[in-house]
Amino acid sequence: MKRLLIALLALIPTIALAAGSGVKLDKANYDLHDKASLQSGAALFMNYCFACHSTQYQRYNRVAEDLSIPLDLMQENLIFTGVKVGQLMENAMQADDAAAWFGAPAPDLTLVARVRGADWIYTYLRSFYADETRPFGVNNLVFPSVGMPHVLEELQGVPSIKEELRMIDGEEHAVVTGIESDGSGEMSADEYDQAVLDLVNFLVYSGEPIQLERKRLGYWVMGFLAIFFVFSYLLKKEYWRDVH
Amino acid sequence: MSNAPVDAGRRRFLTWSTAVVGGVGVGYAAVPFISSWNPSAKAKAAGAPVEVNVSKIEPGQLLRVEWRGKPVWIVSRPQSVLDNLDKIGSQLRDPNSEEPQQPEYAQNSYRSLKPELLVSVGLCTHLGCSPTYLPGSFEEQVQGVEYGFFCPCHGSKFDMAGRVFQGVPAPLNLVVPPHYYVDENTILIGNDGGESV
Amino acid sequence: MKGLLNWIDERIPLTKTYNKHVGQYPTPINFNFWYIFGFIAMIVLVNQILTGIWLTMNYNPSGEGAFASVEYIMRDVDYGWLLRYMHSTGASAFFVVIYLHMYRGLIYGSYQKPRELIWLFGMLIFLVLMAEAFMGYLLPWGQMSYWGAQVIISLFGAIPFIGDDLTLWIRGDYVISGATLNRFFSLHVIALPLVLVMLVFLHIVALHEVGSNNPDGIEIKENKDENGWPKDGIPFHPYFTVKDLAAIVGFLFFFAWVMFFVPEGGGYLLEAPNFEAANPLKTPEHIAPVWYFTPFYAILRAVPDKLMGVAMMGLSIAVLFVLPWLDRCKVKSIRYRSIWHKLNIAQFVICFVVLGILGALPSTPMLTLLARITSFGYFAYFILLFIYSKNEATKPVPERVTR
Repeated sequence: MKRLLIALLALIPTIALAAGSGVKLDKANYDLHDKASLQSGAALFMNYCFACHSTQYQRYNRVAEDLSIPLDLMQENLIFTGVKVGQLMENAMQADDAAAWFGAPAPDLTLVARVRGADWIYTYLRSFYADETRPFGVNNLVFPSVGMPHVLEELQGVPSIKEELRMIDGEEHAVVTGIESDGSGEMSADEYDQAVLDLVNFLVYSGEPIQLERKRLGYWVMGFLAIFFVFSYLLKKEYWRDVH
Repeated sequence: MSNAPVDAGRRRFLTWSTAVVGGVGVGYAAVPFISSWNPSAKAKAAGAPVEVNVSKIEPGQLLRVEWRGKPVWIVSRPQSVLDNLDKIGSQLRDPNSEEPQQPEYAQNSYRSLKPELLVSVGLCTHLGCSPTYLPGSFEEQVQGVEYGFFCPCHGSKFDMAGRVFQGVPAPLNLVVPPHYYVDENTILIGNDGGESV
Repeated sequence: MKGLLNWIDERIPLTKTYNKHVGQYPTPINFNFWYIFGFIAMIVLVNQILTGIWLTMNYNPSGEGAFASVEYIMRDVDYGWLLRYMHSTGASAFFVVIYLHMYRGLIYGSYQKPRELIWLFGMLIFLVLMAEAFMGYLLPWGQMSYWGAQVIISLFGAIPFIGDDLTLWIRGDYVISGATLNRFFSLHVIALPLVLVMLVFLHIVALHEVGSNNPDGIEIKENKDENGWPKDGIPFHPYFTVKDLAAIVGFLFFFAWVMFFVPEGGGYLLEAPNFEAANPLKTPEHIAPVWYFTPFYAILRAVPDKLMGVAMMGLSIAVLFVLPWLDRCKVKSIRYRSIWHKLNIAQFVICFVVLGILGALPSTPMLTLLARITSFGYFAYFILLFIYSKNEATKPVPERVTR
């Protein structure tokens, strides 16, 4: 009976996985302990994303503190809207304007890593490709008909799609095998991947800034409970001597 | 029920040690509940230090700014007022500012960093009303003192260094908030320059 | 101290109550693992009430401010994140514990005479708990909160004649809006917790009146010694206070693991779309209720007719209420009942778990078929039970509990 239950429970992930679909996502090996990566991610975010996307649920000074960025550096280099460091990271673009320019207001990105997952963002930002039929001249493999331009193009260069003819079910199909930059960007392909990873790292941090502290505290609490369990179990044993 | 002898010592030890460990657990479990009542990051941001430009203040004028939701006065004291401060000591409760109502650097005869400028939280130490500034018309309250503060709620009186007079309900001098001069004409209220923001 | 106690006892029955319910409550000596969940459910209830009160201090129940206030709690309030995770993990833990508690009642026949009222109060607790959880889930005002509530409230629209007016009345608006949020908030933090606490009180009063059942399904009151104390009973305190203490600590260990290391529970405890603020113009791709509702949701979806689907879902819960009268067997515990009963319970549990998994998945023709089979199995349990229990070939029940 019990074994059957366990077997059934073990099935859940497989079934859930089978239900997912779409492009295969690349694994984002981010590291929340890597302060340098987080700082670089924050800088990239403020320089390239923040013009349209806010992270309006977090505060500048909290980010500065958690990422070990000195407050005066934060104020000078990363706060473009001239607000105080204690303020929320809201931005000046009006939702109405954004809707008119891009068709939809640019979503707030504080929690995007919790909504989409780190792997999705990591793959998404590396999946833009030139497509003349789109208003901004680019499309995205992960997010077809994407409504935003390829903001990181000056870093990556102009990406285009790589295709290969393959035999599938006896017919030749063009299969997308990847994205390739024309090399006009400031970064090499590896550097670009690292930059995107830094950005993802920062967004994962933004999604749940307490994450590292939560786990650290978790070890203490579970350690305490383990000790407490030993005491309470021995106490139970002691009293139940009367009964057995 | 078995009749095996009970090891009372062991039982007592386990009961007490479990109770102590459990008590420690309950104590720590209370931490989040208690801590969450502290001012949040939002409240702290709203209560951040305030910068005040004092270049345009006239002698005798009172400048009112808000810091952490409280009125803070910046008063420019004319020389005549400053001269008078030492003479009225006998009428005050705490003329030498011995009670810790001010930062160390303001524990002097003017209760301020610069003699001519008083920086003080404008809330009466009795029950928290904001006293009225009576420039040149304070003599109705205290004979021979032209400038002072009078609290309309319960009649407490303070001199131009925020020191409380005797015979009124307020027990203590007005509070001098932490502050420092960023430059000649700019005061930062809420931070004494020693610590970072 | 003694004097104070006497003073109180002359005015309210403090010692008497303590002895009746704790100090001298005769508890069957053969309680096993399955009997810890009632007490654990109490602890979880206390956790929910305490953390709930504290969350209310910083939560803003308005369409404009709700989502931001949850993030405010998660970021700006000291330890707000911990209080929030305690509450969200506690909600799921509550259902884990309650389902196991109900399963215990099911296999050992704890619902049978004379414990029908205990079961009924318990079922009411379950029902109120579902309402409480559903309304609480709207409060973060995320996409899943919004669209989940949309779907569930629309169920009432299936009721003939009054359906549309009823949904309008529940929402207080033409769509789910701040008005809906406000009334759900009020019910979630005041009305339902009050009802819940009262029902728990009645549940325990009823239990202690007739005495606890046990894994052998024997009435320990029928075998008393010369002092009138049940031979198979031991006082609740200290024996079960220390046992339940150890059980609680063990439970908290797992609870802490989920809360500190996987608070999202892989998207089953906190669903990913709920980290996006509610947007009435955009539905998430796949709406699944939180895991504890999925078995009933799967039954709803298995029926190809809106009204019938809602009716079957309602029936799947309603039928549990009459369980004490469907089971006509005189033997309580599964230990002494027929192989058919054991098989029936086994298939019921399998169907329930499979329905739970199916309810979380998008429906495909294959899965819908499976959902129909398992829905059938779910209801078949009760029908079969009613048929065979009257003349069931049971094993002899011993006089005294087995150890």
